[in-house]
Amino acid sequence: MNLDVNNWSLTLAMLLVMIALWIGYREKLGIDREIIIGVIRAVIQLFVVGYLLKYIFKVNNVILTLAMLLIIIFNASWNAQKRSNGMTNALLISFVAILVSTGVTLGVLILSGAIKLIPSQVIPISGMIASNSMVAIGLSYRSMNTQFRDQRQSVLERLALGGSLRDASIGILRESIKTGMAPTIDSAKTVGIVSLPGMMSGLIFAGVDPVHAIKYQIMVTFMLLSATSLGSVIACYMAYRNFYNSRKQLKDLASEK
Amino acid sequence: MKPILELHHVGYQVEQNQILQDISLTVATQDYITLTGPSGSGKSTLLRIIASLLTATQGDILFKDQNIAEMDPIQYRRQVSYCFQQPTLFGKTVADNLDFPFQIRQTTPDVEKQKAALTVVGLPENYLDKRITELSGGEKQRVAMIRNIMYVPDILLLDEVTVGLDEENKRIVNELIEHFHKDHQVTILSITHDAAELKQASRLLTITKGRLEA
Repeated sequence: MNLDVNNWSLTLAMLLVMIALWIGYREKLGIDREIIIGVIRAVIQLFVVGYLLKYIFKVNNVILTLAMLLIIIFNASWNAQKRSNGMTNALLISFVAILVSTGVTLGVLILSGAIKLIPSQVIPISGMIASNSMVAIGLSYRSMNTQFRDQRQSVLERLALGGSLRDASIGILRESIKTGMAPTIDSAKTVGIVSLPGMMSGLIFAGVDPVHAIKYQIMVTFMLLSATSLGSVIACYMAYRNFYNSRKQLKDLASEK
Repeated sequence: MKPILELHHVGYQVEQNQILQDISLTVATQDYITLTGPSGSGKSTLLRIIASLLTATQGDILFKDQNIAEMDPIQYRRQVSYCFQQPTLFGKTVADNLDFPFQIRQTTPDVEKQKAALTVVGLPENYLDKRITELSGGEKQRVAMIRNIMYVPDILLLDEVTVGLDEENKRIVNELIEHFHKDHQVTILSITHDAAELKQASRLLTITKGRLEA
C-alpha cells in the first residue's frame, strides 16, 4: 500500500489552515476563532475515532458495533434537529428518520451481499448513510419552515375550503422532500465528471483497481439516494403536523388581526 | 326561523390585547347579515373564529346546536365556508382550483359542474384550462368564490370579497351571493362597505373596538 501520511507531512499540511486563517483575517470575516475551534475539534475527534474504530474492528463484537451505530445515528439526529428552528419533537423525528433510512439501506446492502456484516464495513458505510440522511433532513426542515411562512395564505385557503392538514400541506411536503434529496440527485449526475467521491478516491489511494473502485461508488450512489429519500420523506411526514394546533388551525395566527 | 349559528359571549384575546369582547349573536337559517365597522375593529377576526381558523379565547359557538369546539374542524369548514378578501389561487390553471373541493372529498372532479359554475359567474367554459396568471383580479375573485361553493355550504363567510373590484365584477359577485342565498338557502355573513351589498342584506351589524354595537 502506498499510503503514508507521516506526522511531519501532516504538520506541514497545517499550512493549509493558515491560508484559511489569513483569508479570514484579511477579509475581516471574524471567523478565526471558529476555524481554530473547528480544526482542534476535527483533529481530536478523528484521533479518538481512529483508536476507537481500531479497537472495535479488533474485538468484532455485535453489541459494540450496534452501540457505535446508535451513537452515529444519535449524533446525526442531534445535528439535524438544530435546523428545525424549534419544532416540537424534532430530535425524536430526526432520530426515527435517520434510524429507519440507515437501517433499511444498510439492510439491503448486507442482504444483497454488497457489504459484509463486519464492523470495518458496517460502521463506515453507516456513517456515510447517516450523515447524508442528516443533511437531507436538515434541508427539508429548513425548506418546510420557509414555505409554511411564505405560503401561509395558500395553506389557510386550503384549510378554509375544508381540506385536511395533508391537503393543506401536500405542496409544501413535496417541495421539502425534493429539497432534501436535491444535493444527492445533483451529485449523482456529476459523479465521476466533477468529483471523484470519497469512497472511490479512498479505494484508489489504497491501490484498488479503479474499475473495482467504481463498483463501490455506484453502490454508494444508490444507497445515498435511498437514504436521503427515506430520511426526508419520514422526517417531513412526521414534522408537518407541528405547524398546526389541535384544532387543525395554522399556528401563530394569533399575531394576525 | 331556526338558529343555525349562535355566539355566546365570544371573546378573543392575544396576550394582554383584547381584540373581541362579549360578542353574542344568533343567526337564523338563510339570514343575510352584513358586518361593518372601522378597520382594526376585529371584524375579520370574528369571521375567522366562526370559520374555525382561529379559536375564541372566551365564550362558545354553536352550529346547529352543537358546540364547534367539539366538532371536527375539517368537516365543519366544509359546511361553513370562508372566502378571503384577496384570495390565492392554487396550481397552474383554473381547473386546478376547481378540482380541489373534489379532491379533498376523494371524488373525481365533475367537469360539467365546474363549467356550469364558471357560466354562473360570467366566465366562459374554456376558462377551465386558463392559466391563473392570465386572470384579472376580478376573474380571480370569481374563480375563488366558485371554489368555495362547488359544494354548497350551509353558511358562507365573506371577508370584503368585493374590495378592489370594478363595478362590473362587483355586480357579478353580488349576484352570485344573492343567487346562493335565495336559490340554495345559504346563510350569509359578510363584511362589506359596498352599498349594493348592504342593500341585499336582511340585517346590518356594526363592530367597534371589538364589541358588537346594539
